[in-house]
Amino acid sequence: MGLIEAIILSVLAASTPLLLAATGELVTERSGVLNLGVEGMMIVGAACGFGGAWLSGSIIVGALCGMVAGILMSLIFALMALGLAVNQVATGLALTILGIGLSGLIGAGFVGERITPAPHLHIPGLSDIPLAGRILFGEDGFIYLSIALVVGVWWFLYRTRAGLILRACGDNHISAHALGYPVLRIRLYAVMFGGACAGLAGAYLPLAYTPFFIPGMTAGRGWIALALTVFASWRPARLVVGAYLFGAVTILQLHAQGAGIGIPSQFMSSLPYLATIIVLVLLSRARTGGSTAPAALGTVFVPDR
Amino acid sequence: MQLVLEKRAERSTTIALISPLIAIGLTILTLCIVFTVLGKNPIAALAVYFIDPLTDGYSLQEIAVKATPLVMIAIGLSLCYLANAWNIGAEGQFLIGAVAGSWLAVKTQGTDAGHWVLPAMLVLGAVAGALYALIPAICKVRFGASEILTSLMLVYVADLLLDYLVRGPWRDPQGFNFPTTAEFDPVATVPTLIEGGRLHLGSIIALLVVAAGAVLLGRTIKGFEIRVVGAAPRAARFGGFNANQLVLLTFAISGALAGLAGIIEVAGPVGHLQPGVSPGYGFTAIIVAFLGRLNPIGILIAGLFLALTFIGGEQAQIAMKIPLDVTKVFQGILLFYVLACDSLILYRFRLISTSPKVQSGAH
Amino acid sequence: MKRTLFAAAAAVLLAGCINSGAWAADKLKVGFIYLGPVGDLGWTYQHEQARQALVKELGDKIETTFLENVPEGPDAERAIEQLVRAGNKLIFTTSFGYMDPTLKVAKKYPNVHFEHCSGYKRDKNMSTYSARWYQGRYIQGQIAAKMSKAGVLGYIGSFPIPEVVSGINATMLGAQTINPNIKVKIIWVNSWFDPGKEADAAKALLDQGADIIMQHTDSPAAMQVSGERGKLAFGQDSEMIKFGPKAQLTSILDTWAPYYIERVKAELAGTWKSEDTWGGLESKMFEMAPYTNMPDDVKKMAEDTQAAITAGKLHPFKCPVVAQDGKDVECKGGDHLEDTQILGMNFYIKGIDDKIPGK
Repeated sequence: MGLIEAIILSVLAASTPLLLAATGELVTERSGVLNLGVEGMMIVGAACGFGGAWLSGSIIVGALCGMVAGILMSLIFALMALGLAVNQVATGLALTILGIGLSGLIGAGFVGERITPAPHLHIPGLSDIPLAGRILFGEDGFIYLSIALVVGVWWFLYRTRAGLILRACGDNHISAHALGYPVLRIRLYAVMFGGACAGLAGAYLPLAYTPFFIPGMTAGRGWIALALTVFASWRPARLVVGAYLFGAVTILQLHAQGAGIGIPSQFMSSLPYLATIIVLVLLSRARTGGSTAPAALGTVFVPDR
Repeated sequence: MQLVLEKRAERSTTIALISPLIAIGLTILTLCIVFTVLGKNPIAALAVYFIDPLTDGYSLQEIAVKATPLVMIAIGLSLCYLANAWNIGAEGQFLIGAVAGSWLAVKTQGTDAGHWVLPAMLVLGAVAGALYALIPAICKVRFGASEILTSLMLVYVADLLLDYLVRGPWRDPQGFNFPTTAEFDPVATVPTLIEGGRLHLGSIIALLVVAAGAVLLGRTIKGFEIRVVGAAPRAARFGGFNANQLVLLTFAISGALAGLAGIIEVAGPVGHLQPGVSPGYGFTAIIVAFLGRLNPIGILIAGLFLALTFIGGEQAQIAMKIPLDVTKVFQGILLFYVLACDSLILYRFRLISTSPKVQSGAH
Repeated sequence: MKRTLFAAAAAVLLAGCINSGAWAADKLKVGFIYLGPVGDLGWTYQHEQARQALVKELGDKIETTFLENVPEGPDAERAIEQLVRAGNKLIFTTSFGYMDPTLKVAKKYPNVHFEHCSGYKRDKNMSTYSARWYQGRYIQGQIAAKMSKAGVLGYIGSFPIPEVVSGINATMLGAQTINPNIKVKIIWVNSWFDPGKEADAAKALLDQGADIIMQHTDSPAAMQVSGERGKLAFGQDSEMIKFGPKAQLTSILDTWAPYYIERVKAELAGTWKSEDTWGGLESKMFEMAPYTNMPDDVKKMAEDTQAAITAGKLHPFKCPVVAQDGKDVECKGGDHLEDTQILGMNFYIKGIDDKIPGK
């Protein structure tokens, strides 16, 4: 296996949890809801995902458990932010605090256990093609699932009527409501989708990345996923670019160190963040009229009766 | 059945006063259930969390110390949020303030510099915090880049800069290369107020900041502008208020306060610069700002209250062996209750039946 | 049980302070401050294991309390003082960053005894304790050089503090006794604990041609990756063979229990004195996990080296130690480097083709 191929494989794996969580958050935010609790939903997803896989012996059951846990967490958020019209920023942060505590309690029983990680695909013939075969056909299923998910979300948002309505809710909930669309119900589904994706992203860590559970193992990836949705200016295609760019900078700085390139590691570690800011400024400059954020993002909506 | 919110014609003052009580009542009820399930005596647990820390001078001081940076940062953030400017990078501004002020402390270490050092450090910290906060503000005003993202990204950059400095250039020469500066000289240290305690001058400064925030918002034109721009941007435009200018202003103020809180924390309770000088103050302060309903007095109360749960959580670990994770869960639930009950001020909750009504009548 | 709790609750409400409660006043109270969660599988986990061993040994005479996840910042001093105020008479603060907070509290409470792990500041009621892990690293270096086919070692560092730098040097000094041309690639992850990043670093090192992974970070992620790739690795802090049954060569195990038991016994007997303990293999401050996944001759070599170090016949930093610039390092300790030179080590030895970050 060549070095380039190896680096690409590492980047794919490192980017997948970011891409999964960011895709969910993108849909949530496109409906006009800002859920800052991604990290909290992810870590609970990690704990439940590992627990499910460990008890059942099945990766798929684990992944489902992670998703269900993420959905349950997102429902708490939905009850607060949609049902009771509470400020979304504060609710999201509180959700993260709750999630970190909950995951510790749930995971306490599994510390020190390990499972067999998600198997890598092997399609005879295809997976053995030099260079591209392993990358395109030989990794764990989550990686391909994350790509399929982004494509699906793109198709949904831009090619279906339901997607159009969802975006309408995010851009102007008053008009959407006036047109007779159930804004809160649509947002509820979007928040739940975000929760499922964050739970799956969290579960990916103990199921495929490092097959054990340790409290705090998401280590801030939920925050990065949040940043990515903004970086992508809420577009699925750019999200893929952003997630892989972020993964690539992370992995390449490790490789640069291993190769003995003497730059302070703190500087290297800060590169992804600086790069994100610069790219964001450039993207924003290239557009006229400033941000493309969903206009109603983060605002409370209470239908009139 | 469906839960429906109805907007109240005007804010209910009665509910504004009793909603925190409802929230506390609900929390106590939840706690009783949780602790009974865990096999702990709920009354004892509640006493450890909420009563004990309030009954002795030491714990009261510690609550004030813990609340000081939270309140100071949250006051600044509340101005931003009222003006619809989303600064979520106070953590980074806090760290940059700590770094900038520490620069002077490190440079004057061991010299016979006089009592001007500490005031100069505080000024440096505030200025640096303000400048650092202006980066996302300018990116937003000038380029339209989302300030939520840029301010958050700059947190990591500030963290790594601090890390680099204390592991490299500013490392204590006598410190066996461990990543910390030397202890600051007495002239570079925030004085404590009570002999033997940790309560320090910073708490007084925080109170002044609360007062200043209340005056700014309640008694000045600028404060009025901030509230109008946030609440009714269209009206503000017609009124000739410059929203961009307010973004820059509120970001600068909140950055300055976060930076000031940073250098006070470093020159006060910590006493030197090291990685991890902030256990997430900048993020916790966001919650404090909202718990306090973006109102200076509310923020003061919210900051003290959150500090109480931290101190109480530690005492619960010691006295009743209640795991830290339970405290976190409990903090999360408590925040949910408080936020939910606050919603009662603006809305009326009503349960309605959504199932199609069975029509009675003749067949 | 219920009844005592209830009585205690009543006492709380009356006296207003549970900490002055009368129960268990006859037992010695021993407190612990932990950096991570007790389930981190690494550093804090090992301290917690030792605390449990302590309770097992002396449980009828003592009562222990711990505070976990205490950040090394402004909260540390309060956490330590809380333990003092709860009546703990002997307090172990188990991370470097608690040094100054421990000292401050120690000055305030001269009648309470403190034990700080891995620092260098002491007082008449504050001891320090740490382990000479570099001895184990030297053995690992020898094993790695024997087992490496590529002649390239991969080293995952947390932060370039002296403990980690001296570990890298000791590893290379050991390795060079077997293969003078051995190479090492070093990646700093700037974290003690980020399983994902540790795994990424291990992959990067393996991809760049290293075939033995050594780590100075706390999670078993690197061990797991090495096992998955069919490569070999060394564990850290705790037994990690579960995460790499075919990969783990050995692991440096933090075994604090004997020290904790000894110190608590001294406290009980009234003979506790402030001391500076920097124990090595000879005092069992750490141990080597069983030598596995290696041929018998390598195992024999490792055991011989271990015995020689334990007996004091072999010092990993035996002079002359040659620095990167080719000059000998001043030999302050007779025939080996002095302890302070190792505790403050901030240079790489000859043969390491890299630079210490921040230098």
